[in-house]
Amino acid sequence: MSTARHRDPQASDASDDAWRLPAPGQPIIQVRDLWSAFPVPGGGQVVVHKDLNLTVVRGEVITLVGGSGTGKTVLLRQMLGLNRPYKGSVQVLGRPVGELSGRGAGARVGMLFQQGALFSAFSVLDNIAFPLRETRVVPDPLVREAALLKLQMVGLKTSDAHKMPAELSGGMIKRVALARALIMDPPLLMLDEPTAGLDPDSSDTFVALLRSLHEELGLTVVMVTHDLDTLFELSNRVAVLAEQRIIIADTVEKVIAYPHPFIHDFFLGERGQRAMELLRERRRETPAPVNEG
Amino acid sequence: MQDAKPGIDIQHGTDGVRVVLRGAWTAASMTSWRGSREVLRLLAGAPADARWDLLSLHDFDHLGALVLWEHWRREWPPTVEADEDQRTLLDRVAAHSLNLPPVVHRTWRQRVDSFGLQVIAATHQVRDFVTLVGQLLLDVLRLIGSPRWGPWRDFTGHLYSIGAQALPITALVGFLIGVVLAYLMSQVLRQFGAETYVVNILGLALIRELGPLLAAVLVAGRSGSAITAQIGVMRVTEELDAMRVLGVPAGFRLVLPRAMALAICMPLIAVWTTLAALLGGMMAADLTLGISPAYFYEAMPRVVRVANLWLALAKSVVFGVSIALIGCHFGLRVKPNTVSLGQGTTASVVAAITSVILIDALFAVVFKRVGLI
Repeated sequence: MSTARHRDPQASDASDDAWRLPAPGQPIIQVRDLWSAFPVPGGGQVVVHKDLNLTVVRGEVITLVGGSGTGKTVLLRQMLGLNRPYKGSVQVLGRPVGELSGRGAGARVGMLFQQGALFSAFSVLDNIAFPLRETRVVPDPLVREAALLKLQMVGLKTSDAHKMPAELSGGMIKRVALARALIMDPPLLMLDEPTAGLDPDSSDTFVALLRSLHEELGLTVVMVTHDLDTLFELSNRVAVLAEQRIIIADTVEKVIAYPHPFIHDFFLGERGQRAMELLRERRRETPAPVNEG
Repeated sequence: MQDAKPGIDIQHGTDGVRVVLRGAWTAASMTSWRGSREVLRLLAGAPADARWDLLSLHDFDHLGALVLWEHWRREWPPTVEADEDQRTLLDRVAAHSLNLPPVVHRTWRQRVDSFGLQVIAATHQVRDFVTLVGQLLLDVLRLIGSPRWGPWRDFTGHLYSIGAQALPITALVGFLIGVVLAYLMSQVLRQFGAETYVVNILGLALIRELGPLLAAVLVAGRSGSAITAQIGVMRVTEELDAMRVLGVPAGFRLVLPRAMALAICMPLIAVWTTLAALLGGMMAADLTLGISPAYFYEAMPRVVRVANLWLALAKSVVFGVSIALIGCHFGLRVKPNTVSLGQGTTASVVAAITSVILIDALFAVVFKRVGLI
C-alpha cells in the first residue's frame, strides 16, 4: 500500500496539543471501554454499547458489521465526535474525539454520509469547495482548482461542476460527497453504507473508486456496510458488533470461522455463500492483500 | 499534522537560483496557519525555471501540489528534485483539467421564454389553489356523508396545536395592544373632555377589527408556516407520494383536518384575543382616566351592538380557512429540496397575512352598514 502523503510525521516538532498522525500500522483510532446510551421516551435509557473496545490502525480498511440496532452507525458517530460517550473514551489521532470537530476538522477526517448530506443550496463545485473555502485562508481561484481536481479524482466530469444536488443521480451524489470529504486530504475516511441505494453497476464502480483512492492516497477507512460484495472487496479487517460490544475484529477468513449465530447467518447464508464464491475466485486470480492489522 | 508550517528558502548560488521547500505543504498546514498567504507571496518571488528541491518537505498533499503546479504555470520546470510520491501527486494534478467550464449565460430568447414560463407557472398556481378549494368542498361533503370515517384524530391534534397552544401568545399580544391603545386614546380624549368615549372606541375597534385581525395575523405566522413546513417535509421525504400510492387522498387526510381545525379555532382565538385586549384597555383606562372597570362593564353592551361580535366571528372563520388553505397550497407545491422548503414557508406566511388583511378589507366594505350606529 503506497502512502503518497504524510511521509514522515515523527519529524514534525509536535507539541502536546497537536494532532499526531501515527506511522502506518500504528493505532489511529482507539475506542476504550465505550458505553453509548440513549434516553428512551418515558424514562430510562437503552444501552447500545457496553465496554466496547476497538483499535483502528493506520492504512487499513476496517468494516463494522452487525445486526440491525447493534449501533454500527452510532459507533461511527462516536468516532466522529457527533455522539458523546456515556462512559469510556474515544481517541482519534492521539486526541480525545470531542476536539475533532474544531477548526480544520476537514484535514483530519472525512465522512461520507449515507444520503450524501450535500448542501442542496450549493452547486456541485461549491459543495466540494465548501470546507476549504470556509477556512478563509486559501485564495479563491486555488480553492476552485482544488475542488475541480477532487471532482475529477472521484470520476466526475468538469461539466458536472455547475449542477445542483437535486439534478444528480444517487451514484453521483455519493461521488460528490466523497470529493467533499477528501477536499482537505484527511488521512482518515469514514463511510456509512457507501453503496446503499446504488444499483449493482454503480455500486461496483463506486467500490472500485474507493479501492483505488485508498491505495493512491494511503487512507485509513472505517466503513459500515451491509453489502457483502463491498465488504469482501475492500476490507482488510472486519469488526463484528453483537451483544453490545465488538465480539471479534480480524480478517474476513478468521471472522467467518468464529462461532456466533450472527456471523453464521450473515456470512454463511445464501447471499454470503455467493459473495464468498466470488471472493475465492478473485483470490485465486490475485494474491491475497497483506493485512496490516 | 498541522504544526509544521509551510516554508520556503530561495538560495542564489553560482549555478543559478535554487528553491528549497520546507515543512508541510498540506491542506492542514496551509489552512491552519495565517502565514500561508505569506508563503504564497514568497513563492511568487521564486522563478519558475529555478532548481526546485522538494526533498526537504516532510509532508505534501494535493493542495500543496496544486499551489506549486499553478506557480510553475502548469508545466514541469527543468530541474525538480522530488521523490516518487511527490511526483505521483504532481502528475495527478497535471493530469486533470483545472479550467472550470464557464457558466452558460442565458440568451435574450431564453429570458423571454423564462418570463413566459413564469406567467404560465402563475396561472398554474391559481388553478391549483382553485382545485384545492374545490377538493376541500368535496371532502366536506364526503365527511357529511360518512362522518364516522373522518380524520378525527388528526383534527383534534391540530385543534390542540393550532388552538390551545396559541392561547398564551395571543393573550399577551392582545393585552399589550389593549393597554397601548387605551393609553394613547386617553391622551387625546382628555383634551376634549370626552373621556368616557374610550369605551365606545375601544369596544368597537377591538371587537370588530383589531381582535380578529391580530389573532389571525399571529395564527398565520404561527400555524400557516407550521402547516407548510409539515406538508413540505412530507414532500421532501416522499411521504406524500407514499400516501398517493397507498390510495389515501392527501386532501382528505391533510387539508381537511387542518382547515376544519382552523375554522373552529380561529373564532375562538379571536374572542380570546379580544377579551385580553379589552382587559388591557380597561386597566389602562382605569389608571390614566379613572374610568372604573364597573363602568366599562356596564357601558360596553350599550355602545357596541352585538352584530359586531357576529361579524368578527364570521370573519374569523374565513380567516382560518384561508390560512389553512394557503398553508396547504404552498406545502403541496414544495419541491424535494431544502431551499424550496424555505421559500415555500416564507411565501406561505406572507400570502396568508396578506390574504387576512385583504379579506378584512373586503368584510369592512361589504358590511359597512352592519353594527355601526
